[in-house]
Amino acid sequence: MIPEALALSAVLFTIGAIGVLTRRNAILIFMCVELMLNAVNLTFVALSKLYGVTGQVFVVFVMTVAAAEAAVGLAIIIAIFRHGQTVNLKNINLLKG
Amino acid sequence: MLLQEAAGAAHPLSGTLAEWIWLVPALPFLGFVVNGLLSLVPATHLGPADPSAAGHEHGQAGHEDRGAHDDHHHVTRHRNAGIVSLVGPAVLGLAFALTAAIFIGMLGAHAEAPFVRTLFPWIVTGDLTLNAALQVDQLSIVMTMVVTGVGFLIHVFSVGYMQDDPGYPRYFAYLNLFVFFMLVLVLGASYPVMFVGWEGVGLCSYLLIGFWFTDKANADAGKKAFVMNRIGDFGFLVAMFLLFANLGTLDFAAVSGRAAELGEGGAVITAIGLFFFLGCAGKSAQIPLYTWLPDAMAGPTPVSALIHAATMVTAGVYLVARSAAIFSLTPVASLTVALVGAITALFAATIGLKQWDIKKVLAYSTVSQLGYMFIGVGVGAYSAGVFHLVTHAFFKALLFLGSGSVIFAMHRAFHHTGSHADAQDMRNMGGLRRFMPWTFGLMWIATLAIAGIPPLSGFFSKDEILASVFARTSHSTLAEASWAGIPGSALLMLIYVLGLAAALLTAVYMTRMMLYTFHGPNRSGDAERSHLAEAPWIMTIPLAVLGVLSATGGLINLPAFLGAPAQKLHHWLEPVTGAASMHITHGEEAHLALGTEMALIALAVAIAVAGMAYAYARLKPAALVPKDQSPAAHGIERVLEHKYYVDEIYDRTIVRPVVALSRRVLWRGMDTGLIDGLFVNGSAYFMRSLGWMGARLQSGQVGTYAWVLVIGVLAVLGAFSLS
Repeated sequence: MIPEALALSAVLFTIGAIGVLTRRNAILIFMCVELMLNAVNLTFVALSKLYGVTGQVFVVFVMTVAAAEAAVGLAIIIAIFRHGQTVNLKNINLLKG
Repeated sequence: MLLQEAAGAAHPLSGTLAEWIWLVPALPFLGFVVNGLLSLVPATHLGPADPSAAGHEHGQAGHEDRGAHDDHHHVTRHRNAGIVSLVGPAVLGLAFALTAAIFIGMLGAHAEAPFVRTLFPWIVTGDLTLNAALQVDQLSIVMTMVVTGVGFLIHVFSVGYMQDDPGYPRYFAYLNLFVFFMLVLVLGASYPVMFVGWEGVGLCSYLLIGFWFTDKANADAGKKAFVMNRIGDFGFLVAMFLLFANLGTLDFAAVSGRAAELGEGGAVITAIGLFFFLGCAGKSAQIPLYTWLPDAMAGPTPVSALIHAATMVTAGVYLVARSAAIFSLTPVASLTVALVGAITALFAATIGLKQWDIKKVLAYSTVSQLGYMFIGVGVGAYSAGVFHLVTHAFFKALLFLGSGSVIFAMHRAFHHTGSHADAQDMRNMGGLRRFMPWTFGLMWIATLAIAGIPPLSGFFSKDEILASVFARTSHSTLAEASWAGIPGSALLMLIYVLGLAAALLTAVYMTRMMLYTFHGPNRSGDAERSHLAEAPWIMTIPLAVLGVLSATGGLINLPAFLGAPAQKLHHWLEPVTGAASMHITHGEEAHLALGTEMALIALAVAIAVAGMAYAYARLKPAALVPKDQSPAAHGIERVLEHKYYVDEIYDRTIVRPVVALSRRVLWRGMDTGLIDGLFVNGSAYFMRSLGWMGARLQSGQVGTYAWVLVIGVLAVLGAFSLS
């Protein structure tokens, strides 16, 4: 049971990572980040069968933080959209050195 | 060390006034602090119309030793002049009184070992333990008496000479500081303490030569003295390093006791001796480092008397006498000292023959007489060298102060008429005996003394040196050694002949100077003549005291054949230099048969008289015309007047190549090229390029950053999984 769960988690994480790297739409990147977070959550849950309940406790924390992060992240995206009428990252390079 | 301390505890001088020896240098230092603080108060400017400017009538030769300048013709007396005139000489007077008291205490004490007063530990590191310690012994007390005694007289003279100078307190501050360092030099109990004084007097010499620094020539002269002295100081330092490396100690007492461990005539001890002598050549103006001393005459005349005649320049002689234990074990270095001294004595005397500046004559005379002292200490007659040092301090200080008095009078006269003639050129003087009888008489005493006419002091000291050289031509370690393939006895004979020749020339140029200055008609000009007058008493009294000393100074060391009271200084110095001196003469007193000695004396006197007679017969002061009408000299006279062009030769062969090298290689190559170009600007350029490349990476595209992040994570993970 555990190896399958870990394999699924790895697949989900990789899909998320590739999404983050290849997508240009901020909303999609955001969703991919969520996917990576949940892949990790799956790992925590699967491994808690071996190492005790700590992993499940951690999952609750991660979900809480992810919810907060979603609120802040979406707010930023809305702000960016209002600023530049776009959420395409190609057009947003305020971090240029 | 333990033995020495045990001996020190029972030293006959411990518990006496000698414990207070530290006060002797401390007093001039106190004077320096007081006068230095007072010099920070700006001078009061009194215009010529100011009725309180009475000093206007009493010249200001002090301003312009190098000829009249137009911008100084108003009186500026410092508002603190009164207290400075009191403090400056008084600290010296007290120091002299204390020294004399210590000396009197020593007369009965018969101290065989030096009395060392340790003040505080100075440098304690590794194998080196150095104390700031002062040493009272027969040699240092004689030097201290000369420095404080002659120094006191010159300070008193300065009160008159410098009275109207705006830098009056600064002058006395420097002069007091000089005396402090000079006392550290002669009283120090180890080479490094002496070196502190050695450097300090060099600093004060620099400050006082360039005292009127607004004139570039004066500032340049000071710089020249400073730089040439550095060359000598390098020698002193190397000699100290060699001593420490080979003996592990730098205290005079320990070095004297253990010098034999270096091996008689060995390479190390010879190198030490020669390097010490390089230091002496710098400080005491011997060939090849003598050219700074004549230029040093740019300073005020009392400074020339104190620093550049009586005390500082004799420090080299003192160093050789102090290192007698070393020099007596290395005939090569000793012969070098004597030979360089002899050549310098003759060389400088020939230049003195044709100088027109009265102070330049005396400057070359000083170089020549210092050469004489080095002949003395070089041949191991340390007491004779120190004897000549003492008598020379008397008569040369007198000559310089007398010339200062003459310049003072000349300048005052020129000042009254607004003339711009050179107050120091003898062609503008002449016939001054009518106007300044005291200076005239006293300077003749000094002239007879330096020429070697009995029974004045110079006769005895010069004769002592020449007799010592002659006595050592046989049966001495020097005579048996060889120097660059020349047998020592032949070399000593040559040194003797050079010494005699220098004595002849000394008589000639001194008589010439006196004839041109004081005899014949006056050439200063009709308007100026009525203003010529004797200097104030505060200047003539020190002259008179020095006159008495110049006349009677020979009494401290009469020749041996005169019986019981003779050779007092020689016997007095025996605990310090006696052993070294005896070593050179194989353990017995250098002795000449009475007939030989008489013949030598007769020869020396005959030469002195002949020189004076020749000068008197040949030179016609009446035929002389003022400087601006004088024709240019020709042939050998021209060469002598230009001092053999040595300054020009040094300029071409050393100064200019060094300047060119500094400009092209050090400045343009190293400094602007390598350091500024490659290191400073180069590193900045390198970092800027690095920054430029970094900026290109920061595109602002979050996607790119994420890629870099992921690649980094993969790289780290890969590295972990591989290890």
